[in-house]
Amino acid sequence: MAAPAENPKETRSIDPDELEKFRAMAEEWWDPDGKFRPLHKFNPVRLQYIRDQACAHFDRDPASLTPFAGLTVLDVGCGGGLLCEPLARLGADVTGIDAVARNIEIASIHSEASGLSIDYRLATVEELAGENRQFDLVLNMEVVEHVADVNGFLAACGAALDDSGLMFFSTLNRTAKAFALAIVGGEYILRWLPRGTHDWRKFVRPSELTRGLAGGGIGVTELTGVTYSPLTDQWSLNPRDLDVNYMGTGIKAR
Amino acid sequence: MLPAMASSGSQQTVIDVEALIVGGGLVGLTLASALAGAGLPVAVVDRADPATTVAPEFDGRATAVANGSVRLLRGIGLWDAVAPHASAINDIRVSDGDSLLFLHYDHREIGDEPLGQIIENRHLRVAMLDHVRGLEALEFLAPMEITEITRGANGVVADLADGRRIRARLLLACDGRNSGIREAAGIGVTRLPYNQTSIVCAVFHDRPHNNVAHERFLPGGPFAILPMADVDGRHRSAIVWSDRSELTPAVMALDEASFVREMAPRFGDILGELELAGPRWSHPLALSHAQTYIGQRLALVGDAAHAIHPIAGQGLNMGIRDIAALAEVIIDARRLGRDIGTPDLLADYERWRRFDNMVLAVVTDVITRLFSNDVAPLRTVRSLGLGTVNRVPPLRRTFMRHATGTVGDLPRLVRGEAL
Repeated sequence: MAAPAENPKETRSIDPDELEKFRAMAEEWWDPDGKFRPLHKFNPVRLQYIRDQACAHFDRDPASLTPFAGLTVLDVGCGGGLLCEPLARLGADVTGIDAVARNIEIASIHSEASGLSIDYRLATVEELAGENRQFDLVLNMEVVEHVADVNGFLAACGAALDDSGLMFFSTLNRTAKAFALAIVGGEYILRWLPRGTHDWRKFVRPSELTRGLAGGGIGVTELTGVTYSPLTDQWSLNPRDLDVNYMGTGIKAR
Repeated sequence: MLPAMASSGSQQTVIDVEALIVGGGLVGLTLASALAGAGLPVAVVDRADPATTVAPEFDGRATAVANGSVRLLRGIGLWDAVAPHASAINDIRVSDGDSLLFLHYDHREIGDEPLGQIIENRHLRVAMLDHVRGLEALEFLAPMEITEITRGANGVVADLADGRRIRARLLLACDGRNSGIREAAGIGVTRLPYNQTSIVCAVFHDRPHNNVAHERFLPGGPFAILPMADVDGRHRSAIVWSDRSELTPAVMALDEASFVREMAPRFGDILGELELAGPRWSHPLALSHAQTYIGQRLALVGDAAHAIHPIAGQGLNMGIRDIAALAEVIIDARRLGRDIGTPDLLADYERWRRFDNMVLAVVTDVITRLFSNDVAPLRTVRSLGLGTVNRVPPLRRTFMRHATGTVGDLPRLVRGEAL
């Protein structure tokens, strides 16, 4: 394992090459027109999905400005805090973890400037498992396609979920269409993301993800595709097309 | 974040809100009511003392509130307090000079609701001040000067004359047509003067107005008679008399009796004897439109963004449609936990409103210039135009829907839905 510059630990599920790529990009996190523009564009549709599913699960009012008051959230691979900050605004008690020290730094600086209190930690979900802490919501968004040991990672995510909690996951499907759109289209033609951001071989099929989650004691309750329309430059949920980006929810299997 | 929490630092009290509204006029207070009513922590700062702005002498003007705007006021809980002072417009009669051809809009053609309502600004203001004081998420600071406002990537900071500081995510400029915020932001304005001045007043008259509004196109400018609610059993109408700017100082200088005599021929004899019911006001007319409505963590709303000729009675209604669109964009985003000062949200607001407002500004401009003259060929064209609109019911209904402000991609509040 080619160790990253800081805190090299053998237990890390993060692939060191992946880690290095994100370190280079970290400063750009919060620029809506910067390198992370696609993630900023993608964010509202993820947020709406998370809010609506969690409000239904926990019987909260989605028209409230703080529907998540009293809920604890763990965002695994939180990056610069693009999901942590909105969820904190919605009233949740948010913990964000990331294996890249730079991301945690940027996220902490930014949340302070936004007047939000978020617990950011330089850690992997496997490390957190040692604390034996359970969260109402565990977010595992756009991370699984970057980890080295998918099943170990999913099991650790499952261990962090409260018995009555809700898990969210999203990733890219390993299809020819995903190769064409996400890699050839997204990285080479539209240049949304630097070339090499994604490795198609590490994309995860819904069946594999479902199996991996089941191994971690999580039953998948919902799956939906997320598709991009180049005409409107908008992302939207599309339950019939899981070929490229997809996300879903899971609960503790009983 | 809970409503308008005030935290005391070592040296300075900081008021943390999400939106800072500068300007506590009709636009600022309506926007504040919409946002704070949905739970958003808001601060409104106005340099004027509210005690003086509700005095009858402060503003003798009445406002035409289109039906779409009434729906918004009802939706945000302001209408019930205003309704007793409002007078419905059920018909609008438009005529061109002495021509007998006129256009007649009857509300029954497009539904059961009136075309709009006429309300004294003062009553709107009293109702709004009363309403905002009851909103938990709203901090109303007036009279209060802002000494400095700084907008940055991470938020807005405003220092107040009393030493306190407001921190917000978004600055909303509702400070009127001479917006200081707009100027400080370096946003340019396209301006077209009309060389017309509006004289505004209220008159008592012997006969009831029967909820009919009149608009007379006279060579010097349009003359509008708007039905107001009766007071003490006396019938009243609001007058918006636009005329060539060089004539108005002399008209304003007339004593009451002479003023009424000057006005009477323009009025016609439909309402009987006239008597002035309050002070007269005059202001020069110009079209102005901000070159952009948005900046970093900034949005312009209402007259700060646009001012038009009062010919169609749409001034406040444009502002209210801005409010409906902006409140929807902000609250929808905030319900997803998003930062309400994000550039793409502000762009959504501008896209939604700026084109609509420009179209209305251009239409009122063309009508004003077309009608404010006595050139014979143009009079013929106008009469034919009004006659045509009047004889073709679908065309007439389209014009009426425009007048009521219920056309286009409508925000939820204008459709009469909850925010």
